[in-house]
Amino acid sequence: MNSNLALPLPHKQVRQSSTAEIGDRIFVVGGKIVLLVLLGLAVLLPLLAIFWRGFSNDAGQGGGWVAAKELVTSENFHWLLGNSLKVSLSVAAIVVPLAYLFAYALQRTLIPGKGIWRGISLLPLMAPSMLPGIALVYLFGNQGMLRGLLSDNIYGFWGIVLGEVIYTFPHALMILLSALSLADARLFDAASSMGASPAKAFRSITWPATRQAVFAAFCLVFTLTITDFGVPVVVGGDYQVLALEAYKAVVGQQQFGRGALIGMVLLLPALFSFGVDAWLRRRQGDSMSGRAQVFKPLPSKWRDGCYLVIVLLICAALLLVFGMAVFSSLVKFWPYNLSLSFNHYQFNETAGGGWLAYSNSLKMALGTALIGSVLIFTGAYLMEKTRTQRGLNLTLRLLSFVPMAVPGLVLGLGYVFFFNLTGNPLHVLYGTMTLLIVCTIAHYLTTAQMTATTALRQLDAEFEAAALSLKAPLYRHYLRVTVPICLPALLDIVRYLFVSAMTTVSAAIFLYSPDTILAAVAVLNMDDAGNVGGAAAMSTLILFTSAGVSLLLAWASRGLLRRSQAWRQTAPGH
Amino acid sequence: MFKPMALAAAVLATFSLNAFAAKTELTVYTALEAEQLKSYKEAFEKANPDVEIKWVRDSTGIITAKLLAEKARPQADAVWGLAASSLAILDQQGMLQSYAPKDLGKIGANYRDAANPPAWVGMDVWAATICFNTVEAEKQGLTKPVSWQDLTKPEYKGKIVMPNPASSGTGFLDVSAWLQTFGEKQGWAYMDGLHQNIGQYVHSGSKPCKLAAAGEFPIGISFEYPAVQLKRQGAPLDIILPKEGLGWEIEATAVIKGTPHEEAAKKLADFSASAEAMDLYKENFAVLAQPGIAKPQTELPADYEQRLIKNDFAWASKNRDEILAEWRKRYDGKSEKVVAK
Repeated sequence: MNSNLALPLPHKQVRQSSTAEIGDRIFVVGGKIVLLVLLGLAVLLPLLAIFWRGFSNDAGQGGGWVAAKELVTSENFHWLLGNSLKVSLSVAAIVVPLAYLFAYALQRTLIPGKGIWRGISLLPLMAPSMLPGIALVYLFGNQGMLRGLLSDNIYGFWGIVLGEVIYTFPHALMILLSALSLADARLFDAASSMGASPAKAFRSITWPATRQAVFAAFCLVFTLTITDFGVPVVVGGDYQVLALEAYKAVVGQQQFGRGALIGMVLLLPALFSFGVDAWLRRRQGDSMSGRAQVFKPLPSKWRDGCYLVIVLLICAALLLVFGMAVFSSLVKFWPYNLSLSFNHYQFNETAGGGWLAYSNSLKMALGTALIGSVLIFTGAYLMEKTRTQRGLNLTLRLLSFVPMAVPGLVLGLGYVFFFNLTGNPLHVLYGTMTLLIVCTIAHYLTTAQMTATTALRQLDAEFEAAALSLKAPLYRHYLRVTVPICLPALLDIVRYLFVSAMTTVSAAIFLYSPDTILAAVAVLNMDDAGNVGGAAAMSTLILFTSAGVSLLLAWASRGLLRRSQAWRQTAPGH
Repeated sequence: MFKPMALAAAVLATFSLNAFAAKTELTVYTALEAEQLKSYKEAFEKANPDVEIKWVRDSTGIITAKLLAEKARPQADAVWGLAASSLAILDQQGMLQSYAPKDLGKIGANYRDAANPPAWVGMDVWAATICFNTVEAEKQGLTKPVSWQDLTKPEYKGKIVMPNPASSGTGFLDVSAWLQTFGEKQGWAYMDGLHQNIGQYVHSGSKPCKLAAAGEFPIGISFEYPAVQLKRQGAPLDIILPKEGLGWEIEATAVIKGTPHEEAAKKLADFSASAEAMDLYKENFAVLAQPGIAKPQTELPADYEQRLIKNDFAWASKNRDEILAEWRKRYDGKSEKVVAK
């Protein structure tokens, strides 16, 4: 960046190479140090602040060792913890098998319309977690359309479980899809030539290769459920869970210490599953060898028919829920006047935050997507493609894995504690859009970084060697060669960050101010005020925005692939 | 980021000769209904073009907790529309700047802080109401309740929603009124009975009435403003004023001590007590702090004001913490167990 500041040197050639060298040094070392500082401020210190806050006993904050002991031994806490565990285990036990069947159908059978089913299955990612809850109220609440199908109303345990099943389904599905995408056809050939039944082949080939992913999916669903308060707040009724209690303690009663303590409890399952998952991964190692042949399923009417029915049922359920949310946002006065209107979209007349919230969300999502993708992709590049400062690389890699194990709710609490500290010069950021963007990038960092790393690892290190021998500065190589080649992956990161920022509520709920209120937060506020129609309308708007942007980026990515990425098709093995 | 800017704006406003008057940004905490904010803000800014209101709105309990939590470093400049019992707590903590607004003389003696100058000045009164869905009542064969005691009848099991008093001012005024009218022991016994029939405790005071209007739960313990509004929109509601009397609260205004925008905050307090502001309030409320302005609301009976109970605010705000702790212990997060007993 500041490469022009190099001192003028007598020989032209020497000067050229040294400018490049200084430029590179600034790019590589400077870039890494900037990343380190950012990760420290955006990830590490806020997390430390939780522990500090949880164990400091300021009056009226509900923190400290005594309060911790009281909390953990109280009957109320046991009740909340028991509820949280029951809900999360039930959700994981329901979602993982369903997602496995769905993923199996998409990867290992020949059912028609795979693209459509995949698209529908991703719908829950496009809306805040309150949306399934709202739709369930309209379906199975006391005035719900399908109320007659249930003996009791939806509020409580089953409402939360059903809502979370819908919300977490695509998360589990994505892990299982990628696990099931890898299979060595030679193993199946060998199995069938030895006379093994398909069931036996599944038990001895497919299951061992995917059980780690099943565990990972189980853990992810468990963690997402136990830390989500969007669904419980809408359909929980009086069935309360820990995540909701943390939210109420901080937002409702301003008891930051108590919130921090519950936050720490919620961090435990995430840390535990993260540790076990990493351990399993190391034990399993690489199962696919370079000589593997890609498995292509053979046609089988009976099998494909069964799987098509399963996929259709799941997609129908998802469409019913999302269709209901859209429909309810258009109904004038549920349930007595079912004529359609856009009344609920007149946000400025009602509580919440109105159109300001929606435009803030757009700004936040754009900022997160653009700034985040540049930072994350450049960071991944520096970590993957430079051989100097190994210690720094390792530290950066470790730090960027931390957010994976930290639920948004806990991260958001950490931000409140850290950035609201008296004497912290960064306090000026509190309540600003900047902080919301920083927090959202940090929250979704790991997944985006993994996408970037995977794409970068596909590129041969020879590229960098060639650049070096041509004495071309690395940053120029990065901008002119690496970025264009990896554009599809980069667009994927942009899409992921945009959609996540549009829908997130877990961390943002603690960080917004009246000027920076977000659409997903407005959904929550409107539902709280009893304006369920407005909440449905705002959720619908978020859904369509996320889906629209995703489609647009997918289309752009496909166009790019066709034009500039033609080499990919000719490359063997792709 | 906007804080230093606001400060700069304030400095500018103080020193400028009104020629290029920069607007003072006044951070106002409120628990008013969201639908009311727009017209109140517009009217105030029209009367005071040099001041701009920045709202922070939430339920009574939450705004109170927020103000108390920020005691060391207040973020609010003024409070416009918060329960008087909450403001009394802030006053006990020394957080309010006493100020006599210009029209203080016209404010009814019951509707202001007794001290001189007062720490808070009332705007209007809101009171407990039962919202009763007539369509659902017919469908489900429910008789119309006429008293608070009626609500404990077994026929209403799971059919009633009420606001959680910890977060909602309306919820708290209900609990405080039951304890005052029935006596403490009978009051809690009454709530034990009522608890058996509660379908849900919710976050805000208006939500029960909205849920009742939509038939989600046929009976909502709420207050008269959403009831009247929803009825005007055509919801099939009966507005029931229980015969034992109505718990009520004063919605009031105060200046936060130490605000850098004291002048602007006082202008707000002046405006809030003026006849002009009462004209705004009367659209939403039947009882106002300035007597003689209110217009009767056709949805409410003529003797509405006489149905309010004799309310001891000093007692309510002094015991608020204990009452809420007891309520939480009995009903919050243990609903299943109590039902099982």
